[in-house]
Amino acid sequence: MAFAGGYRPSPGRGPSPGFRFTLYAVLSITCMFLDQRGGWLEKARYVLQAAAYPIQLVVRSPAAAWRWLEESFETRAALREENERLRAQNRELMLRTVRYDALVRENAQLRGLTEALPPLIERWLVAEVVNVELSSLRQRLLVNKGAQNGVFKGQAVIDESGLVGQTMRVGPWSAEIILITDPEHAVPVQIERTGVRTIAVGAGDARALALPYLPANADVREGDLLVTSGLGGVFPHGYPVARVTEVRRDAVQPLAQVRATPLAGLDRDREVLLVWFEETHPAAPSSAPVSGDLPAGDPAAQPQPAIRREPRPETPATGGSGSFSPTSDPTVPAATPAIARTAAVQEVPQ
Amino acid sequence: MSARDRQPRTPMLLTTLAALVLTVLPLPAWLDDARPAFVVLAVLFWSITAPRAGGIALGFVAGLMIDVFEGTVLGQHALALSFVTYIAVREHQKIRSKPLFQQALIVFGALFVYEFIVFAIDGWSGHPAMTAGRWLHVATGALVWPLAAALLGRTYEPR
Repeated sequence: MAFAGGYRPSPGRGPSPGFRFTLYAVLSITCMFLDQRGGWLEKARYVLQAAAYPIQLVVRSPAAAWRWLEESFETRAALREENERLRAQNRELMLRTVRYDALVRENAQLRGLTEALPPLIERWLVAEVVNVELSSLRQRLLVNKGAQNGVFKGQAVIDESGLVGQTMRVGPWSAEIILITDPEHAVPVQIERTGVRTIAVGAGDARALALPYLPANADVREGDLLVTSGLGGVFPHGYPVARVTEVRRDAVQPLAQVRATPLAGLDRDREVLLVWFEETHPAAPSSAPVSGDLPAGDPAAQPQPAIRREPRPETPATGGSGSFSPTSDPTVPAATPAIARTAAVQEVPQ
Repeated sequence: MSARDRQPRTPMLLTTLAALVLTVLPLPAWLDDARPAFVVLAVLFWSITAPRAGGIALGFVAGLMIDVFEGTVLGQHALALSFVTYIAVREHQKIRSKPLFQQALIVFGALFVYEFIVFAIDGWSGHPAMTAGRWLHVATGALVWPLAAALLGRTYEPR
């Protein structure tokens, strides 16, 4: 053995370091295996996270104390100024809310619903950021709310300007949030201007997201707003995520290189919002796959693909039987005139 | 066993805890990669100066704490730190008798082995692993070693 001679084995001191190391190595590998496969150690982690929380609070205490001092010694003038600013902001928000109510009602009328939809966010919880980890491999936050406050794994986290991330590990009094900029995190997004759906992957930098799956000819420009697309089952539809800052198209590469900057202040936030969504709301994240029990709309309002095929009735091959169009499904009874008309038109090319 | 009682257990545990606090202390992103692995330095120091006080168990427990704090796979840092501690405990007499400069070189090697094990497990468990920044703390840790060893050495009286 290369290492032999350094350690003097003496009787009565228990097993040799080699034996002990083997023991601990086997223990570590078993731990890793159990943790990696199927989360067998979920309970152990919960306990360990609870045990670690006091230390994390101690770490944060100097910063918290400094903040408290700063706030208590703020001058009258500064407070007045802040008050003024908040008043102005409040006025502006009130004005917008007045308009918002009217818009919600109008939207509901347009959708043909008798009542306005309930708000998408059912309730929310303000959580204070306890610890921040912003390295190139991990972008995480620790917040001071946990399972005792009803926080669950995979919960959406936002701040006042955009999407922050989702909860990853939940302890009794704390939760670890994986930020959208973590290299292991991907969020399904949509370019608001064009509706193109893609995926935004974290770039390991609190100011950058990458959009690696956009083809080089995709319609994307600098300044485009990215919103959540509502796919994936965690985030609802339509929440602002990021703004595109850089689009590079290389003639050799089949994919465009697109970077975006998150709208949320991921590296500045002191508080974030944990949100619960109204499950019945159409924009809510769909956790279960959509099955056949969708509510049937007014058939007259459905698109009529057969009518669009009318100008070229002499090419029967393109139309086929038209079985892909929902209105021509033979199992649907031709109850309304609209469907009857569609069926009639479709018979023409055959 | 009276020899066991005279081991510097209390300073060992306290300094390791302090190193753990330094590890989770929030730092600006550009400084974060350069942050030395304080826990590894502390554990190395204690396994060289007082190998019977904590031994490999100290390495294992401290590594497990790092896993909990950093949210990595449980056992990843525990395995890496146990291995480095094992080498240090075996070779403690040789390392202890070397001048600080050579000790720093040995610490450099130990930190490299430690980070390599963590890196390899990152790769096997499907986590993103390849950034150049992760190796930076190996160098800063070795640079900090003489200072850290001097500071830790003041926390107890060798008997």
